[in-house]
Amino acid sequence: MNAPFRDRYSLAFTLYPYAKVPAQDAAPLRHPVVIVGGGPVGLGIALDLGLKGTPALVLDDHEGAGLGSKAICFSKRTLDIARRLGASGPMVDKGVVWSKGRVFYGDGQLFQFDLLPEEGHRHPAFINLQQPYFEKFLVERIEAAQAEGAPIEIRGRNRVSAIERFEDHTRVEIETPNGPYAVEADYLIACDGARSPIRDMMGLDFEGRVFEDNFLIADVHMKADFPTERWFWFEPPFKNSGQSALLHKQPDDIWRIDFQLGWDIDRELELEPERIRARVDAMLSSQTGAVPDYELHWTSIYTFQCRRMENFRHGRVFFAGDSAHQVSPFGARGANSGMQDAENLAWKLHAVLSGEAPETLLDSYHDERSHGADENILNSSRATDFMTPKSEQSTIFRNAVLDLANKHAFARPLVNSGRLSVPCSYEGMDLFGPDELDGPAVTAPGRACVDAPVGNGYLLDHLTGFTLVSIGTEAETSMAQVHIADPSPELRARYLGEAGQAIYLIRPDQHVVARWPAFDAAEVASAMKKALGKC
Amino acid sequence: MLNLSPNLADPDGCYDLLIAAHEGLSKEESDALNARLILILMNHLGDKALFAEALEAAKSAG
Repeated sequence: MNAPFRDRYSLAFTLYPYAKVPAQDAAPLRHPVVIVGGGPVGLGIALDLGLKGTPALVLDDHEGAGLGSKAICFSKRTLDIARRLGASGPMVDKGVVWSKGRVFYGDGQLFQFDLLPEEGHRHPAFINLQQPYFEKFLVERIEAAQAEGAPIEIRGRNRVSAIERFEDHTRVEIETPNGPYAVEADYLIACDGARSPIRDMMGLDFEGRVFEDNFLIADVHMKADFPTERWFWFEPPFKNSGQSALLHKQPDDIWRIDFQLGWDIDRELELEPERIRARVDAMLSSQTGAVPDYELHWTSIYTFQCRRMENFRHGRVFFAGDSAHQVSPFGARGANSGMQDAENLAWKLHAVLSGEAPETLLDSYHDERSHGADENILNSSRATDFMTPKSEQSTIFRNAVLDLANKHAFARPLVNSGRLSVPCSYEGMDLFGPDELDGPAVTAPGRACVDAPVGNGYLLDHLTGFTLVSIGTEAETSMAQVHIADPSPELRARYLGEAGQAIYLIRPDQHVVARWPAFDAAEVASAMKKALGKC
Repeated sequence: MLNLSPNLADPDGCYDLLIAAHEGLSKEESDALNARLILILMNHLGDKALFAEALEAAKSAG
């Protein structure tokens, strides 16, 4: 057995060890969906498709989750998606729930904040969890689903070396420790990360280059009794620490520390452990005067750019997650938006492959998710402009905001250390409407359903496919229906407002399609057609 | 709509306050003071459209 593989990273967990499959010795087999990359996005799509009954094959050039925390902050929307997929339990159990933070400017503390949790949701606003755990829990869920017959397969150490595109499929050349073979895919999804080899093979690139910077990331193992808070510094006072710094707690006594180093740096020098330790010492001792015991667990320099591909769909090839778009790490908009890509694409592919929707429905994946990416890029660019002002005047205003924020509450909302991810809204886009209910803005067509208590559980527990939610009224329909005769106060506030009753049509990704004050079969049928891209 | 008609009971007095605030400041300190002042007034205005009108009026007069 020769070894054509040089690992690009070491693993935190081995999850899908290489095993030779009979297909390697046979003529290329056709698969409905082939996913390249076993990160959160690829695994999410595979699990979603498999649970719906559409076969999904995942190819990954490693055998599990890479070491290092990478994405650490998972939002409520992501947990809601994971819950729908049956994977959220261990994530929430393992994750660190946080809501408090402090913002510092140089030597002084500007203010503290508390993202006071809103009542009546199953999940907290955010949990901190190292990405390898997130991937591990998805793989474990996939294994459980496989045992129940879900048609999902993950092949480790299967590296895509070339693709050839045909009108009705894509041929995928794969290298393995046992040599090459090929598969054919009706649809190919590139979830192969920011440096996407598939994107390169197709000669595609990102457009725009809004912002570039380097972050030194250090995961530190420390048993010290620091509070579970997000600490963010503008112009940190500790030596050589760059333009901003962030301290955040993760499970297993791991603390994530980010230093924003700027663009023009010597990577090798900055990664010297002594130099990293000097920075970390200075940060950890800045509030207490003493350096606690700690070990460096993992360090990396992360370069990011704020940009996206012009098109997320190229015929039968789709790009999802970091392969399609990149943002700054502030705001938790990377993996969280990737999971929204995953669920957006999964139900549409399933609908097309099972003949429920025309192939053109798949164009809406690009429309909706590029809109999401633009929103994230806008937020991310604004935050980076605030953190690293680009002109003299911009520096003057930034510092004015920070000076004012200490004394005056009005300036605190202007302080931008990253606007934390909120679910994308598709309001006003092609597949949505009508909005005939004079209802709350938070649940208008296009929005992701907000959770609320229903019976002994929660509303989102009941929303897995196209579903009618009837509140205070009932629909005579053969569709899946969640009938709520007696809404909880939270559900009333979020879905009725002043209205006495309502009918909501919900998509498989839990976004509101349309809503009415009463059930009308023809209206619902017409909204369904629109939602499936049939008109 | 942004009020661009005379709106001050004591225009000379107000202008005086503005100039006096900058007395003895370096260019850098003055820039910082102006920036804080603009932010405070922007917040008091409390309206993005009005603020955009004010910016436009300022731009077009220069």
